[in-house]
Amino acid sequence: MTKLVQLVVAGIAIGSLYGLVALGFVVIYRASHVFNFAHGSFLLLGCYLTYCFHQQLGIPFFAALGLAALAAAAAGLIVERVALRRMVGQSVFAVLMITIGLAVVIDALVVWGWGAERLSLGDPWGLTTFRLGGDGGVRVAALDIARLVAAGGVLAAYQLFCRFSTLGIAMRATASDQEAAVASGIDVRRVFAVCWAIAAATATVAGVLLASGARGIDPTLSAVALAAFPALVLGGVDSPAGAIVGGIVLGVVEVLAAGYLPGWLPGRLGDNVHTVVPYVVLLAVLLVRPSGMFGDRERARL
Amino acid sequence: MNAPAVGRNRAVAVALVIAYVALPLAVGDFGLSVLIFAGIFAIGAIGLDLLVGHAGQISLGHAFFMGVGAYVGLNLGAEAGLAMPVWLAAAVVAGGGLGAVVGLCSLRLRGAYLAIITVGVVFVGLYVWNNVPAITGGAAGAGGDAPASLGPLDFNRLDVAGQAYSREQSWFWLVWGLVAATAAVAANLVRSRTGRAWQAVQEHELAASAIGIDVSRAKVSAFAVAGALGAVAGSVYFGYVQYAGPDEWSLFLSVQFVAIVLVGGSGRLAGPVLGAIVLGGTPRLVEQLSVHLPIDGLGLTVANLNRLLFGLLVVCFVAFAPGGLAGTWERAKGGRRALRRPAGEGEEQA
Repeated sequence: MTKLVQLVVAGIAIGSLYGLVALGFVVIYRASHVFNFAHGSFLLLGCYLTYCFHQQLGIPFFAALGLAALAAAAAGLIVERVALRRMVGQSVFAVLMITIGLAVVIDALVVWGWGAERLSLGDPWGLTTFRLGGDGGVRVAALDIARLVAAGGVLAAYQLFCRFSTLGIAMRATASDQEAAVASGIDVRRVFAVCWAIAAATATVAGVLLASGARGIDPTLSAVALAAFPALVLGGVDSPAGAIVGGIVLGVVEVLAAGYLPGWLPGRLGDNVHTVVPYVVLLAVLLVRPSGMFGDRERARL
Repeated sequence: MNAPAVGRNRAVAVALVIAYVALPLAVGDFGLSVLIFAGIFAIGAIGLDLLVGHAGQISLGHAFFMGVGAYVGLNLGAEAGLAMPVWLAAAVVAGGGLGAVVGLCSLRLRGAYLAIITVGVVFVGLYVWNNVPAITGGAAGAGGDAPASLGPLDFNRLDVAGQAYSREQSWFWLVWGLVAATAAVAANLVRSRTGRAWQAVQEHELAASAIGIDVSRAKVSAFAVAGALGAVAGSVYFGYVQYAGPDEWSLFLSVQFVAIVLVGGSGRLAGPVLGAIVLGGTPRLVEQLSVHLPIDGLGLTVANLNRLLFGLLVVCFVAFAPGGLAGTWERAKGGRRALRRPAGEGEEQA
């Protein structure tokens, strides 16, 4: 029983991280219907920028994180301006492919700048853990709590921003009907640019929460975006809350699969089984609901 | 088609045949191996282009099918020692069958959802390739010699009329012969009833179904054909390299396939072939030239420089030349044919 609870807690922690990564996809997708395969690369860039500010320039950890988020947001703005803006009206596949190309370029630039070896991002969390329910209870690491709080905090901030700020309302208007938004005087291009900046900044936070502590940073970090795909689709690519819920559900499923399935499966089938279970769950969900759990149904017109 | 165009096409065909026969005699083994890999990728890319450029579906799962083909080559060719036509046919059946299954699963999905499910196919594949050593040799991979005879011609030890040829020379003829055959099949498929159904689904799914096209059937058949050709490419790859490791069939391989189609020009027969030659040849060219480039001073490795170039090529082609190399060539060749094409055709397919 303790093992089960412990695994669920670990799953929620890693899942909220997936959710945070997925939220970055959602922000861009909702406004511009661009599915951004370069998101993992922004996460990578944000981590290395944090490394640069914290370890190379000696700025305190959280200040460095803030600066890196700002710098990544600026990079997001530039990429949107230079590459994505000319893609308006192009086919889904072309836009998708340009983001893949951008991902390859950004990853290569990061390797060029910082090399491919694993670097330490610093560890502001230490080994601090809390015990819930007295001795023999469930252990929760400070980093896990930070992950959960960050996911909830970013989601709340985003929702508040969308509800109360002028720009946020413009974002919602653009999401619901781009043409109508343009017709009512909303600068849609500015909305897109802001979305890319927000997504890049969230990616930085998610990346640093993933890599600080024992993990360290290396160029394979961008693959976490691939691990977050199932979360994204499960929640529905246009639902911010769905992204976080989907992330937590799949985090728990993944950790439980890694904890129990290897013992149950014969031979070597248990190795790395947790990497495919999310996709199997995802397929099952999509066969029943092709737009995810909370996604907007697509309406077609002849 | 007017008379000069027919003459030009005939000239191109003659030039291609001459190149096919003469290149292996003129180019060294290294150059030939680059061209052999380009040909193998061209076979798979022609298949992917039918799915992407004609049926309008998105797939990042092509690496999976190439893996399927490679393991068919390993098990039926190298292990069981079956003849080449048999293992090639088996690759078609296995790739086509699994392609149809993927197609069935993705019938209701579109856009981003479809892209992600096909990414999932690659991950499921990687899991299977790593964890079922009985078929794949597990994480260490497996190698072997697959028979490569066609009638009296053994492409592993080609010997015609007393003249022996190197393995690279023989495999060049084999692979590019297969490319020609694949291209012929694809060209005819596109003009068939099925091909027209694909085109209609690509243009407008709902409109296609409204005029009585079975959209599901069109999608599943496109996925099946793409899977089959991907598997053929994989089995030929195994036959040539004589080894298959599980991590070769990664998402990046899928991305490379899509890049080949887009850089070459999707929806055009010559596109995937041109793309395969350019994207397959560039890294080798950079490696050869790298001794003369000041990249060490810049702190760049050759592998990283190649990644950078690859990414930039993809971004630039998608952004500035949506028709790819083939489309740019068509446009450069003059407006007459382009003007006669219905407005919008081709340009938006990329």
